[in-house]
Amino acid sequence: MGWNRKVLRVNLTEGTCKAEPLNMQWADEYLGSRGLATKYLVSEIDPMVDPLAPENKMIMSTGPLTGTMASTGGRYTVVTKGPLTGAIACSNSGGFFGAEMKFAGWDMIIFEGRSPKPVYLYVENDKAELKDAADLWGKSCWETEESIKHRLQDPLVRVSSIGAAGENQVLFACIVNDLHRAAGRSGVGAVMGSKNLKAVALRGTKGVSGIKDMKAFMKITTEKKKVLADNAVTGEGLPKYGTQVLMNVINEMGALPTRNHKDVQFESAGKISAEAMHEKRPTDGKPQLVTNAACFGCTIACGRIAEIDKSHFTVVNNPKYWGASGGLEYEAAWALGAANGVGDLEALQYANLLCNEQGMDPISFGATIGAVMELYEMGVLTKEQLGIDAPFGSAEALARLTEMTALGEGFGKEIGQGSKRLCAKYGHPGLSMTVKGQEFPAYDARGIQGMGLAYATSNRGACHLRGYTVASEVLGIPVKTDPLVTEGKPELVKAFQDATAVFDAAGICVFTSFAWTLADVQPQIEAACEGDWSMEKLNAMGERIWNMERLFNNAAGLTNKDDDLPPRLKTEPAKVGPAKGLVSGVEKMLPEYYALRGWTPEGKPTAETLERLGL
Amino acid sequence: MRVVFKLFASLADFLPAGRRGNLVEIEADPGSTVGDLITRYQVPEKKAHLVLVNGHYIAPAGRATHVLQEGDEVAIWPPIAGG
Repeated sequence: MGWNRKVLRVNLTEGTCKAEPLNMQWADEYLGSRGLATKYLVSEIDPMVDPLAPENKMIMSTGPLTGTMASTGGRYTVVTKGPLTGAIACSNSGGFFGAEMKFAGWDMIIFEGRSPKPVYLYVENDKAELKDAADLWGKSCWETEESIKHRLQDPLVRVSSIGAAGENQVLFACIVNDLHRAAGRSGVGAVMGSKNLKAVALRGTKGVSGIKDMKAFMKITTEKKKVLADNAVTGEGLPKYGTQVLMNVINEMGALPTRNHKDVQFESAGKISAEAMHEKRPTDGKPQLVTNAACFGCTIACGRIAEIDKSHFTVVNNPKYWGASGGLEYEAAWALGAANGVGDLEALQYANLLCNEQGMDPISFGATIGAVMELYEMGVLTKEQLGIDAPFGSAEALARLTEMTALGEGFGKEIGQGSKRLCAKYGHPGLSMTVKGQEFPAYDARGIQGMGLAYATSNRGACHLRGYTVASEVLGIPVKTDPLVTEGKPELVKAFQDATAVFDAAGICVFTSFAWTLADVQPQIEAACEGDWSMEKLNAMGERIWNMERLFNNAAGLTNKDDDLPPRLKTEPAKVGPAKGLVSGVEKMLPEYYALRGWTPEGKPTAETLERLGL
Repeated sequence: MRVVFKLFASLADFLPAGRRGNLVEIEADPGSTVGDLITRYQVPEKKAHLVLVNGHYIAPAGRATHVLQEGDEVAIWPPIAGG
């Protein structure tokens, strides 16, 4: 059956932990993880709730393939109403935490209310209790994980926690598990902090039971692992170079947003690329990259483990950062680097380490620094306010502002509100490179037109992981499309959005989609889960999940006016590269997208669409 | 004519002497195609997965016919992806 059929409901106000049966009718309609947790959330909270109020809830959820031998089956999702956007927040993480939840016998944990004092949740199989976390409050994610393992005398406990950023309710705070994996976007860590919930520690020894047809499941998952291994992208490219290999690709295409999207190519892209991470440094003769790493059950292993240059100014007097730890992925390297014009790979790794240590989304943080640097260069922000000169390209400013934001010091408190609030406060709202208040990731909407529409319509604000049309527009997966045109993109975006929702709901990593299509995932779900899991059903389910999220956003007060890009991308053409002279054609694509979705011109699902999808 | 030739990721080993990072400036005969460069530097066809000229994608079928111009920048990657 794939599911444990058991939900843990934790009321932090009352300090209670109760088991309840999983709603199997909803599981049949929404599968798990992102889909099922969102169904629970939208059924239980008022869409107009203040995201940081006790009335908001936060759900950690697995999918039916989480913890199984399906490749990449280690994912879990955090679903809540997001404080950065006021929209649905849905952040997905790898590592080992998700699988441990399954092994302990649970499908999801629902957190409600607010604890009167800092606590952490400890779950050991069926036993769940809230424990005092007074002495953990103020500790980083790294210290928290170590402290919990030590006090429980169990090195195999899996921990998700917030650092100073979540405690201080930085609006892009994330939840970090297994030291350097994170439910990264939309500020889910701030919601956790608002609930006085410092950490969740899991220990499960039950394994996974209840797979519908074990023999068929073993056979099909083995077969599909071979597909990943034989594919040149998932079998060779991603393990060796990681996502960071895109830095030079996207730069060559003139689609690398640079200096707060003023430019589309970064002259120092090569210095912060995957290739640079492999280069031996002149200082110590070692490359920054130490090795790759895999999350639970993953046969791709794209993760980066890196070691910072001990002589770099950021860490020369701080040995705690000298060891091997989570390294730069493409999105982080872009946001901390090109978005600010910083070409110092070691400074980027320092900022990345701090984001992992104190629980901040490096994308939103880095992109917000891009706005800060532009405002500084305009003379709107000054050295007196910031505490440091902060022109584009300053590694010193990046490092110092990361420390200040992570720890809530000085101007760091304002940076922690994200670029939308910051730019509005200082009179330049148009300089916030966001959709729905969430900062863009690493693809320029002028050079990759489909991504402009994907950003504008993403239910959780600007995001590359709701509909990664880069796969098609850049990499030719599953078919190559022209990144510079708008024709055909509404259909492409919708197809990616709906399919991704199914990958997410299953509990597997979306990176499998570089080699797998939904037709490869379907038989794995079919073998694991009771019921009919035809392609038709999965396709409809992906669309249902998307529309459910949209309905929540509409009820939360978002409208078609929020499906928009900042003026810069619509009025300032790309200066160089293949997209020279182009702006985003998002306004041209939107009407067709709405029509394809079965939505009104105002972006609302029609009654007929809702009926068709069973919503 | 002068052409900038760039090989990334695992293809960097196929760059000739005189490379700066992942690129080298080379002399090519007028009329040379992308395919000619791939052959000249013995980049295995299967590994030449993503080919861009001045940032524009060149489909596999077009490599043999895409004639290079003075100052063109040719960039090639093996199968890769990101996110």
